[in-house]
Amino acid sequence: MSPQQAMAEQLSQVFAALADPIRRDIVARLAVDDATVTELAEPYDVSLQAVSKHLKVLGEAGLVSRTRDAQRRPVHLEAEVFDLATKWLERYRRQAEERYRRLDEILAAMPDIDKESGEES
Amino acid sequence: MSNTQAAMTHPQTVITADEEVPAIRIVREFNASRDKVYRAHTDPEILVKWLGPRSVEMEVGFWDCRTGGSYRYLHHRDGDDGAEEYAFHGCFHEVRPDRLVQTFTYEGYPDGVSLETMILEELDGGRTRLTINSIVESFETRDMILASGMETGVVEGYEQLDELLVEAGA
Repeated sequence: MSPQQAMAEQLSQVFAALADPIRRDIVARLAVDDATVTELAEPYDVSLQAVSKHLKVLGEAGLVSRTRDAQRRPVHLEAEVFDLATKWLERYRRQAEERYRRLDEILAAMPDIDKESGEES
Repeated sequence: MSNTQAAMTHPQTVITADEEVPAIRIVREFNASRDKVYRAHTDPEILVKWLGPRSVEMEVGFWDCRTGGSYRYLHHRDGDDGAEEYAFHGCFHEVRPDRLVQTFTYEGYPDGVSLETMILEELDGGRTRLTINSIVESFETRDMILASGMETGVVEGYEQLDELLVEAGA
């Protein structure tokens, strides 16, 4: 697997993980502070097990981690991975923007066509 | 309108990776009439001047831009290991001044195809808003697209920005 494919795979996992509204909410709350599974489950009308499942998906995407040895085992947001997805999208956006700056120049230089003449060589 | 000034200098491209379907949405406004934006997308002689990255030379194989027509074009580039060539093709599903729908396939990955719907909206002041929705068959493919072409761009982009600023007399 090329580094680019590996990165694409990770990006896919990140986007897939963030596709769920509860998981997005969990990420938003973890951005403020670490929290335990019980704390994270509180506002939702779902079982602890369901929240654990969401955390597993987030964990596999590298978005969150849990400390193994601590008793509370709080969940921690891996901000770098979260930023990576944003950066990739930004890079793609910048490429599109470059393309459209070229188009801006061309549009600015384009003469207005007289619809009646209809003569184009 | 208060935001007109900012928009006049550089309308920014907005990209969204959809969460529900494997789609990418691009929104960009242009300081030009819809007719011009439409021509820049349908006239191959104009298209070759802006579509490909600056490091490639774009060559149109065939271009039958009408509802039910099709196209093929190539990008040529001098790579580290000699000349590189990338070919793309697709069909024009709907060709109208307000709506361009086409398929798009990179021939290096012939099983992949995206369906691209371009909406051209006339705005006040002779401006035009272009909205492109590209949908592919899987999230994996969509994210490969987002991750692709990373090698091109950043340097080129700043070079071109510099040129634009010089031309603008800034």
